[in-house]
Amino acid sequence: MTVSAELELQSFVLLRLGERRFAVSAGQIVELVAPSRVFRFPHHTPKIEGVILRRGRIVPVCDVAEPLIGKRLTSRRLYLIAARHYGAKTEWVALPVTGECELIHAELMAAGASDEPHVGGWISHAGDVIEVLNLDALTPGPDEIAKESEIRVPLEAQP
Amino acid sequence: MRLAAPVKPSPVRSEQIILFRVSGQLFAVSSASVQEVRSADSLSGGAVEIDAPGLRKVRHVLRRGDRSLFIVNGAAHFGLPASPGMLVFVLRKTRTALLVDGIDKMTTMTRLQALPMSFCHEERQWYRGLTAIDQTVVPVVHPEGFLSLEDLALLDAALPPMEIPGEEAAEGTEFAQ
Repeated sequence: MTVSAELELQSFVLLRLGERRFAVSAGQIVELVAPSRVFRFPHHTPKIEGVILRRGRIVPVCDVAEPLIGKRLTSRRLYLIAARHYGAKTEWVALPVTGECELIHAELMAAGASDEPHVGGWISHAGDVIEVLNLDALTPGPDEIAKESEIRVPLEAQP
Repeated sequence: MRLAAPVKPSPVRSEQIILFRVSGQLFAVSSASVQEVRSADSLSGGAVEIDAPGLRKVRHVLRRGDRSLFIVNGAAHFGLPASPGMLVFVLRKTRTALLVDGIDKMTTMTRLQALPMSFCHEERQWYRGLTAIDQTVVPVVHPEGFLSLEDLALLDAALPPMEIPGEEAAEGTEFAQ
């Protein structure tokens, strides 16, 4: 492999949800931790199970399995903690995963126009083509939700 | 993988809070925002029924001179199973009296973390943030988050006509600010 080809490679963390594997840019990953107590309290945000305490921070647990594999996780082995950017603010989110994670280097292929919003791109690894997750689309914040509803209202208002 | 930069310690500021339960769920409220704590029984004589369409969490109103305090059922507000509310918190600088199951304890919080941005619905109005007390995460309620301006307008429109106020029943516990 030439030096120029090596420079094209980026680092990703491969995670497993059920039978499927997905990738997240390694730069977004903070750590991988064993499941700990989830604190639950009333709220109306789907996908958020509750929060965990980690290194003095309160970290929301966001189950992204349903939109990705069509069902909730029945077993979980680890939490992948990722840094999520909300504008200038960065927060941690804990993503439950069902298996060990793996650090790999691969070339990122850009997402196509027909790809789902949660697809940030594609990588090829060990004979599989794997989705690179766009965490911003999977864990929307108040601003994104407000924008979505602004778009939805005029569309729904059409006859 | 990169580790995030360590959280920079901020100067310690403490705040007195009341831990209370609604349907078994633990919440916290700043004790400075609780003007008075009364037993629900003591209000039964002074509270008047109210029926605001679409606002089932408020069933009673308490008349205090020319002011009306709306009694918000905590369980209905948070969407928790119904529970027998035993205490009412009269919340300072609001028109809300909150019906709760009981007080767990009074304690001090030294850190209030903003509600994570991934919570993006009504809870952003409900809570000032989250705090960790004895290795347990507790949401700290926003006293003004129980009734919106729209709710108050609905409730004002549904207020029954004013009657001559009787003497209020049993005395409550005043909370010093």
